[in-house]
Amino acid sequence: MLQAIDVHVPVVGGVPADGVFSLLWLVIALPALGAAILLLGGKLTDKWGHLLGTGTVAGSFLISLILFFGLLGRDGEDRQVTQHLWEWFSAGSYTVNLDLLYDQLSAVFLLLITGVGALIHVYSIGYMEHDERRRRFFGYLNLFVASMLVLVLSADFVGVFLGWEGVGLASYLLIGFWQHKPSAAAAAKKAFVINRVGDIGLSLGTALIFITFGSTSFAVVSAASSQASSGALTGIGLLLLLAACGKSAQFPLQTWLLDAMEGPTPVSALIHAATMVTAGVYLIVRSNFIFSLSEDARTAVIVIGTITLLMGAIIGCAKDDIKKALAGSTMSQIGYMVLAAGLGPAGYAFAIFHLLTHGFFKANMFLGAGSVMHGMNDDVNMRHYGALTKAMPYTFATFGIGYLAILGVPPFSGFWSKDKIIETAFADNTLVGLCALVGAGVTAFYMTRLMLLTFLGTKRWEKGVHPHESPKVMTVPLIALATLSALGGLMLAGGWITDWLEPIVGHAEHHELPWGMPIIVMTLIVLTVVAAGVAAAWYLVGQRPIPKVAPEDVSFLTRAARNDLYGDAFNDEVIVKPGVAGIRGLAVFDRTVVDGAVEGTATVLQALSARFRLVQNGFVRSYALALLAGATLVMLALLAVNYG
Amino acid sequence: MDDTTPFIVLSAILFAIGCVGVLTRRNAIVVFMCIELMLNASNLALITFSHGNGNLEGQIAAFFVMVVAAAEVVVGLAIIMTIFRTRRSASVDDASLLKY
Repeated sequence: MLQAIDVHVPVVGGVPADGVFSLLWLVIALPALGAAILLLGGKLTDKWGHLLGTGTVAGSFLISLILFFGLLGRDGEDRQVTQHLWEWFSAGSYTVNLDLLYDQLSAVFLLLITGVGALIHVYSIGYMEHDERRRRFFGYLNLFVASMLVLVLSADFVGVFLGWEGVGLASYLLIGFWQHKPSAAAAAKKAFVINRVGDIGLSLGTALIFITFGSTSFAVVSAASSQASSGALTGIGLLLLLAACGKSAQFPLQTWLLDAMEGPTPVSALIHAATMVTAGVYLIVRSNFIFSLSEDARTAVIVIGTITLLMGAIIGCAKDDIKKALAGSTMSQIGYMVLAAGLGPAGYAFAIFHLLTHGFFKANMFLGAGSVMHGMNDDVNMRHYGALTKAMPYTFATFGIGYLAILGVPPFSGFWSKDKIIETAFADNTLVGLCALVGAGVTAFYMTRLMLLTFLGTKRWEKGVHPHESPKVMTVPLIALATLSALGGLMLAGGWITDWLEPIVGHAEHHELPWGMPIIVMTLIVLTVVAAGVAAAWYLVGQRPIPKVAPEDVSFLTRAARNDLYGDAFNDEVIVKPGVAGIRGLAVFDRTVVDGAVEGTATVLQALSARFRLVQNGFVRSYALALLAGATLVMLALLAVNYG
Repeated sequence: MDDTTPFIVLSAILFAIGCVGVLTRRNAIVVFMCIELMLNASNLALITFSHGNGNLEGQIAAFFVMVVAAAEVVVGLAIIMTIFRTRRSASVDDASLLKY
C-alpha cells in the first residue's frame, strides 16, 4: 500500500475541440438519430430501415477514422481533446457537464465499436433478411452503438453511467428480440436483472467518487486521486469492479452471458463478444487513476479475472451449442483482459490490446457461427454439424483464421496480445501466470473441439438439411474481420499500442520474468501448452466417433461444465433462496404482526361495540333512567367537590 | 329553616312524582304530563330561590321555561298523535323500532 502512493497517475486533461475534432458529437449523433428514426418512424421505414441503420454506423466509422488520423497527426500533449456540449445538471456546487473526451483510449474504442459495428450491421442485412421485424432490429442495434459511444466518449462518470444503462437496455431488447420464444424472454430478463447488480456498483462507486473528490469528472478525479485516502480508493475500486463484473460477465455475475446467446447471432457477435461485454475492462482501464493507487482493489481484479478465465474455458469445453461454447470462450477471454487490467500500468495497454484483437476474432467467429447456423436451418447443436469444409468454404476459411488467432498461433493477432498478458502475469505473480497459461491450453482444447465438431469429421447432418454458403453480404464482413484477426498483431509492431496508450494509463517499469527467463522461452512454453491442448482435442474428439446425442455417462467435471459450473445453482442457493426466504419471512411478519395488530384492534373494538350497542334498545324509558342516573352522578360529583 | 323551605320541599316532591311517572308509565300522554309536572316543579324552585335572593332572575327563567314548555307541548303532542294514528297505540314501549 505504501509503495502505491508513489505511483504516478496520468492526469486527464485535454484541449478544446477545434477544426475537424468539432465533428466529435456527430459520431454519437448519427446512430442516435438512426435509432430515433427507425424506432419512431414505424412501418414507414421498413423498406430502407436496414440501409439507414447501416449507413449511420458506417458514417460514424468514417468520422472516427478521420478523427483518428487527426489525432495521429498531433503531438503527444494535444492528443486529449474535449468537447463541451452542454451543462447537464447542477446541484449546489456539483455540476455535471455533458463533455466528450476524445483521447488515445477512446480513439481505439471508437474505431472498434463503429468499425466492427458497421461490419456486423452489413452482415445483419443478410442474416435478418427473412425476419419481419428487421427494421426494429436495426433500430435497436443503432441504439446500442449510440449508447456504447456515449459510454466510451463521456468525460464524466455520470456520463459513463448514462451510456452504461443505455447499452444495458439495448442488450435487453436485443437478447429478447425473438420475444415469442419464452427462453429468449427469460434470458433477456436474466441479463437485465444481473446487470442491475453491477449497475448498483457503478452508481455507488460514482457516489463514493463524488463524496471523496467533490466531482465526478475524469479531469478533477485524476488530478486529485493521489491525495485521496487509500480506504476510499479501495472502496471505489471494488465498487467499480462490481460494475465491471456485471457488464463483463465476470465471476460471480457471469451466468447471464451464456443465456444471452438466445439473441440473434449478430447481437452475440457485436454486444456479447466484441463491444458491450468489454465495457467493464474499459471502465477499469479508464479509472486507472483509481486502480493504480490501490493495490488491494487491483488484487481483487486479478483474482476475479483469473477465476473467470478458467471457469469460462472449462465451460467452453463441454458445450454442444456452438454459440454457448463461444460464449464460454468470451467469458474466458474477458477474464484475460480483466486480469491484465488488474496488473496495473504494466497490463492496462495489453488489456486494451487483447480487447481489440478479441473484438476482431470473436466477432469473426460469432458471425461465422451465425453463417453456419444460417446454412443448417438454425440448428446450433454441433453434434449435428461436421464436414462443412466443402459446403461453406468462406465460412470455414475465415473461422479458421479466427481459430488460429484465439489460440495464439503466430503471427495471428491473438498470439501477440495473449502472449503479452501471460508474460506480464508471470512477471507479477507466478501462480496467476500459471493459471493464465493453463487457460491458454484449455482454450486450445475447446476451440479445436469446436472446429473438429463443426467443420471436420463425418457428416452428422439432420434429415432435410442442405448446408450452403451464405450470401456475399454475410461473407464479406467475415472476410474483413478475418483480415483484421490475422493482422491485428501489427498494432504491437514497435510497441505502438503501449506507447500510444502510455499518456492515458501511465508508464510501467519493465518487469523481469521469474527465474530470469528470457521472453522467447516464455513464448515457447505458451506455444507448447497450446499445442498440447490441440493434441488433446485431436486425440479425445477427433479420433473418436461423435454420438448425435450427448452421452450421459460423463465425468463429474464434464457434467459440471455442461451446467455452467453450477453458476446458476450457486446464485440460486446463495442469493435467491435466502432472498426468497427473507421475503417470505417479511410477508409472514406483515401478515401476523402488522396485520394482526391492526385487525386485532378492529376485532376487539367490534366485539366491545357489539356489547355496548345493546344499550341502545329503543325503549325511551330506559334512556330516561340513564339520563336520571347521569344527572344524579353529576349532582353527587358537584356535591362531593363543593362540600366533600 | 326559613319560609322558603316548604316550597323547596314541595318542588322536590313534585319533581320526584314526575320523575317516577316518566320512568314507570307506558302511556305517552301520561309520560308527557309527568314531564310537565317536572318542569313546573323546577319552575317552583326557581321562583322560590328568586324570592329568597330578592332578585328577578329566577322568575325570568321560569317564564322562559313556560314558553319552551308550551312549544314542546305543541311538538310533542303532534308526534304522539301521529304515532297513535299509524300504530293505533300510545304506548312508549311500542315505539321502540329505532334501536341497535
